[in-house]
Amino acid sequence: MSAQSPVVNDLTIQAATVNGSGSQSSNLVLTKAIFRMGIPVAPKNVFPSNIEGLPTWFDVRVSPQGYQCRSRDVDILVALNIGTWNTDVAGVKSGGVVIHEAKYPVAGPTQRADLTYYAVPFAALAKEKISADGLRKYLTNMIYVGVLAWLLGIETEAIESALRDQFRRKPAAVDTNMQAVMVGHDYAAENLVKTDRYALQRMTGHTDGRILMEGNQASALGALMGGATVAAWYPITPSSSLCENFISYCEKFRVDTSTGEKRYAVIQAEDELAALGMVFGATWAGARAFTSTSGPGLSLMAEFAGLGYYAELPAVIFDVQRVGPSTGLPTRTMQGDISFAYTLSHGDTRHIVLLPGSSEENYQFAMQAFDLADRFQTPVFVLTDLDLGMNLWMADPLPYPEKAFDRGKVLSAEELDGVQGWGRYRDRDGDGIPWRTLPGTPNPEAGFFTRGSGHDEDARYSERPEVCQRVLDRIARKHETVRQWVPEPEMDESGNRAAILAFGSSHFAVVEARDQLRDAGVEVDYMRVRALPFHADVAAFIERHDRIYVVEQNRDGQMLSLLRQELPGRLIDRLISVRHYNGVPIDAHAITDPVLEAERPAAVSVQRSA
Amino acid sequence: MAVASPPPNTNHIGLTREIYKGAATTLCAGCGHNSITNNLIKALFDFGVEPHMLAKMSGIGCSSKTPAYFVDRAHGFNGVHGRMPSLATGAKLANRDLLVLGISGDGDTASIGLGQFCHMVRRNLDCTYVVEDNGCYGLTKGQFSATADIGSTLKKGQVNEFETIDVCGLAIELGATFVARSFSGDGKQLVPLLEAAFAHRGTAVLDVISPCVTFNDHDGSTKSYAYVKEHDLLLHTPDFIPSYEEVLVDYEPGTVQDVELQDGSHILLRKLEEDYDATDSMDAIRVIREGRERGELVTGLLYVKPDASDLCAREHMAQRPLVQMGEDELRIDRAGWDALMQTFA
Repeated sequence: MSAQSPVVNDLTIQAATVNGSGSQSSNLVLTKAIFRMGIPVAPKNVFPSNIEGLPTWFDVRVSPQGYQCRSRDVDILVALNIGTWNTDVAGVKSGGVVIHEAKYPVAGPTQRADLTYYAVPFAALAKEKISADGLRKYLTNMIYVGVLAWLLGIETEAIESALRDQFRRKPAAVDTNMQAVMVGHDYAAENLVKTDRYALQRMTGHTDGRILMEGNQASALGALMGGATVAAWYPITPSSSLCENFISYCEKFRVDTSTGEKRYAVIQAEDELAALGMVFGATWAGARAFTSTSGPGLSLMAEFAGLGYYAELPAVIFDVQRVGPSTGLPTRTMQGDISFAYTLSHGDTRHIVLLPGSSEENYQFAMQAFDLADRFQTPVFVLTDLDLGMNLWMADPLPYPEKAFDRGKVLSAEELDGVQGWGRYRDRDGDGIPWRTLPGTPNPEAGFFTRGSGHDEDARYSERPEVCQRVLDRIARKHETVRQWVPEPEMDESGNRAAILAFGSSHFAVVEARDQLRDAGVEVDYMRVRALPFHADVAAFIERHDRIYVVEQNRDGQMLSLLRQELPGRLIDRLISVRHYNGVPIDAHAITDPVLEAERPAAVSVQRSA
Repeated sequence: MAVASPPPNTNHIGLTREIYKGAATTLCAGCGHNSITNNLIKALFDFGVEPHMLAKMSGIGCSSKTPAYFVDRAHGFNGVHGRMPSLATGAKLANRDLLVLGISGDGDTASIGLGQFCHMVRRNLDCTYVVEDNGCYGLTKGQFSATADIGSTLKKGQVNEFETIDVCGLAIELGATFVARSFSGDGKQLVPLLEAAFAHRGTAVLDVISPCVTFNDHDGSTKSYAYVKEHDLLLHTPDFIPSYEEVLVDYEPGTVQDVELQDGSHILLRKLEEDYDATDSMDAIRVIREGRERGELVTGLLYVKPDASDLCAREHMAQRPLVQMGEDELRIDRAGWDALMQTFA
């Protein structure tokens, strides 16, 4: 590739900085400024489990197609961490650019003939040009936004507009930051000569009317619009921002302006166990309640999850997955909790698990989770991950909910009068779902005893063999009914023999991978599974294909194992595992490469026979 | 002049005592827990609790079975071991009009559930929390619990080498706003304490010594009938009622009475002076510790802070229960929603 051929709107910028140096604001401003130029962006924050001092990277991917998955390529490196200087330079794509602190040595391995270097005296500029002592550290990072603006042609107005968003509550900070941006911009304009091939140019029709939202923000809004009134949580990365966002939306929209009274309660519990206990206490009493956590918290919740399943209590549990097992990598992403969440608890259990694959679905599924939890009187797990939850995603504005809450089978005091011997756990409708009453229902027949110990249809303690089995069978029947209610898989088919099956945040990598495969002459169909237990359409789709590439972000192929458990035997051999599990979000090549390798002979033979 | 009077044998909301009863107990005959149940029935009846507004919460263990044995009409929740405080917290947050009554045991509270107990107390959740305390694990056949006294022995002779956790002392340290100790068979003391607990706005901890007749009622145990009868130091309410037959006493504040019980054992009842200040937490701790040093269990209302705000108040929650709110009150309106979406553009 010639160094002269321009690369427009198709590049990845990587800012390599030190955690705690305040680069987050700069990176968000950079992202939004590019977005404001109508160019699709996909930012990825690859950060350490640390408050200050460890290396952190922020990638802003830009592509005309609007690809939102991570790219393996780094085109433009902003090097502001001497500790990772060598490896950061090594990671830049051939033909790429390095903007670096002028003091860093460009020699030996960091002196690459295939890269363009721009040395900028960031520290000196900050010392000389930025008067606000306390803010110097933070504003230094704004200087590189200015250098990038000069280098790539990012519009000053777009940066200003992004700064106004970033500092909505501190308008005075907009000017200070803009000055720092201009320090970088002006230095570059006066001292550097552009010799690289990269540029950003305004686009139309790609970002108009769209928004940038973190998955955890979308989940929090779903919980709020889904009517959650009680939330209990224990802080844990990467889920903390879900509850924190819920709190801030509630503070804004659920506080009576005249009395200061809150129409919600959020408790920071002593641990995740107590958090889920509070949720079940609240749903038992009739409220909609949720908790949000990540893997280690889910482990603690196993005890209560079984109670919720067996005593039949609603709950919504957001699991923003990170790398496990154990503490794992708290700030890195994985889809490793699927199997665990699905059957969380001792004994025979089966939970509803929703698998959102975008910010829009984080919102929609969050709302739907409360309906499903009430309808089926059982815990519902919403499994997202760090990538989906904590990164910004382009999305359509979230639609206003048109449907009322579905509170499921709850008998009021009046309704109870019309029912003879209602029986808390009786299957009156043949769908396995019993009717319940809430504490506080003024009817002498309303009361019953909820317990996690053996019980009969009237909620009385029982150890009788036939009762034991009957109750377990009825709950199993209920969970069969679930299959018709969970989100159906999303399918994109055009009669190909091979297909990709994926879920959650892998979706964006599949989108790009299918384009890459198409370019290589291989067409594959696609099904995105959106819930457990599997919808009937899942098996039907697999039946229509010869080879199913099951893409997932975990080591053991957990989704594939679940499919193996539930599919008819003749379909199992069609499943081929494609796995990615190094903690960083999956990229398209992680799918394209193995699929291409397997499909190429098939593609060749299809062409021959045609 | 015709004055409407409640029907005979009913409480002030017109319900008979029968309404406050539950299923037949499945605990051992003579179990102290059954006496507590009977006293709860009396207290709930006297207090005039609306059955449908009562939330009976419990964990796991002999004690935690007892909510099935009173107020059949009320909703009950027998959750998981040691986790009742979190369930009770959630229930109260959802519907703050409920009268939350938690029944726990010494294992459920002081061992597996110690963490949740502590945090419930420090949050001052508005509930009555009864610890049916026998110092041993009944359901699993008599192992020590954390409230067993150091030096006490099991039936087979094993000696408890570990310090005891004093639920009352701990609760006061954690900022509890109502702390009392009583004895299962002492209805005259326990019933008024329970009623005071129902009325209290905040966590009311009642550690009720409840001898285990099967696994802990022998001479080596400090929670046997005989031991407690001999070492019980009563504050305020001066009578002692074993489950099998009632013993009534009547004496003046500031005096000591020696009562002979059915089996010939004696109990020294020391009614505190009327000016005992139950609002002084330092004093309460001193009384508990001094009693312990003498090998006595001090009973009565040890500490109360009547004006503390409970969890719902501290959280500035709406007076109307959250459970009664619908879409109109919980969702952002359309205009607000559109404006919010704009902030992400």
